[in-house]
Amino acid sequence: MPLNSEQTLKIIRTVPAKEGKIFYLSGAWTLSNLPEIEKALKKYREFKHPSYPLILDISGITLIDTAGMLFFLKARETLRNKARRKTDISVRGVGVNEEFLKMFRLIRRYKKERALPKPRPRNPFASFFEAIGRHFFNGIDSAFLFLDFIGRTYATFLRDLLRFSFRIREISNLVKKAGVMALPIIGITTFLIGVVIAFQSAVQLQQYGANIFIVEIVSIAIARELSPIITSIVVAGRSGSSYTAQLGAMKITEELDAMSVMGFDIFHFLILPRSIALIIVLPLLIFFGDIIGIFGGMIVAKYQLGITPISFIDRLYEVFAMRHFYAGIIKGPFFAATIAAIGCFRGLQVTRDTESIGRQTTISVVNSIFMVIIIDAVFSIIFTELGI
Amino acid sequence: MKKPLIRVENLVTRFGDHVVHDGVNLTIYEGEIYGILGGSGSGKTTILRELIMLHEPTAGRVTVLGHDLGGAPRELRQRLRTQWGVLFQFGALFTSLTIAENIAVKLKEYTRISDSLIDDIVATKLEMVGLDLKVASLYPSELSGGMVKRAALARALAMDPRLLFLDEPTSGLDPISAEQFDNLIVQLKNLLGLTIVMVTHDIDSIFTVVDRMAVLGDRKVVAEGSINEVVQVNHPFIRQFFGGNRAMIRRKHGK
Repeated sequence: MPLNSEQTLKIIRTVPAKEGKIFYLSGAWTLSNLPEIEKALKKYREFKHPSYPLILDISGITLIDTAGMLFFLKARETLRNKARRKTDISVRGVGVNEEFLKMFRLIRRYKKERALPKPRPRNPFASFFEAIGRHFFNGIDSAFLFLDFIGRTYATFLRDLLRFSFRIREISNLVKKAGVMALPIIGITTFLIGVVIAFQSAVQLQQYGANIFIVEIVSIAIARELSPIITSIVVAGRSGSSYTAQLGAMKITEELDAMSVMGFDIFHFLILPRSIALIIVLPLLIFFGDIIGIFGGMIVAKYQLGITPISFIDRLYEVFAMRHFYAGIIKGPFFAATIAAIGCFRGLQVTRDTESIGRQTTISVVNSIFMVIIIDAVFSIIFTELGI
Repeated sequence: MKKPLIRVENLVTRFGDHVVHDGVNLTIYEGEIYGILGGSGSGKTTILRELIMLHEPTAGRVTVLGHDLGGAPRELRQRLRTQWGVLFQFGALFTSLTIAENIAVKLKEYTRISDSLIDDIVATKLEMVGLDLKVASLYPSELSGGMVKRAALARALAMDPRLLFLDEPTSGLDPISAEQFDNLIVQLKNLLGLTIVMVTHDIDSIFTVVDRMAVLGDRKVVAEGSINEVVQVNHPFIRQFFGGNRAMIRRKHGK
């Protein structure tokens, strides 16, 4: 039963007869021809309002597939419903087409007088409030789940601390992935940030002849705020998202279940190493970002303001108090713990469908960047109050 | 003589240094259920992937429905793709679509028929594969493994293909579902006049469903033909495969 679109098309020819009108249906009634058949049928007034008996002659149909048969049956059904009497519409086939009969029997067997269940039409007004409510309760649920997750991670941490049984190899491997391999991108970003800050300030400083203050501006801004924030954002995008995707994929392939069944606690084996690795790595990356960022400022100072690197570094020694450095570095572990916790937590929230990996990864990155900025704001309030 | 629909000649497949096929020849005729058998790593699934243009063979000639796949222009490839249906091993239903949308996806993209007719087609195909119409609005993650396979079969049948490719259709099903699925395949073949190519190592399917088969081994086809012809061939894999307990019971009781 070949179903080629190259097959001859249907032709509809009508002949007025004594007992009504005969429609000679012919050609290939296959999926690809149906739109044209439908259009051709619509041209006939009789098909809209069958006011006298119609005879559908099917002997010319050379080919028919399931879609064609369904269409034929549907057309006949509508005609019969519109006609004055059901018997007004009849089907005849001279020299009956075996193919047609076979398909007719097949469809008859499977096509029940039932339609697909339609989704209930929803009230847009109600579903708006429903969505708000659903989001609210989902938010509360996931807040509780997150607390539970934090608690478990911390409990595992204490247990491992007592026995001192950390997964050192795993941690060092993760440190390499999240730290060493992140150096190029963090170097480039913080360098550019240093350059941009220096450029922007240089223009202003030149007006007052206060060129040398570029050192304070660049070094303090980079060390206290910019390097920690920029580095954390890059790490959240790089490592946080990969934790989510990784754990999510492991959940879909049931690797996490396999681990639990073998008695491997996923908090001990997967989540704690990731958290510890990030906590180790982020302060170091921030330090690296400090150096490169200030270096970027130094280059701008030389070419824009004519401050030699020697005098830049001299001035840096004089004015850069260590508390600025510590104020930046100390945030590192907090940011790292947040990013790792959110990344891993979101990974565990992945459900069985592939779509949810993408959704959870997005949430993971957005949430961790948002939390990093909130925590940063809290820190700057604390530092200001303490006069650091 | 029956019309050959698929012909594979001197097929060679290499992944790097690893040679999977080295001169594979086989012919699949119209209206038969053809099994591709072989041990793990013998390249059964790779052959299937080459037949459906998911993988380009290193050398050799693959002719499907009278067209040489090597260097076929895009247009032809697209047209060929509308003439066959594929059932992947794990169903590969789109998780973001409901079952009804999954079945209708090709109809929606490739034809201009009305939505109500599409609904009718979807309902008929669901009935054909023995699924309740209630599943139409569910998502694939809400179905059991057997139901996913049935739904995926309905999707493969949506466009009334001439050719149906099945990758291990009964793997992962319990014996009852597997038998039902086998019966369903035979039934559909008879009803729709399909030609079916299946990769399988389910001994029951091989005895009850498959008309002709090719056994892969040593990077070639070591035997091709009906079950009675294949078991005559003296090859370690065939002896092992058809000499096992489960196959012996089958052979004693016949088909």
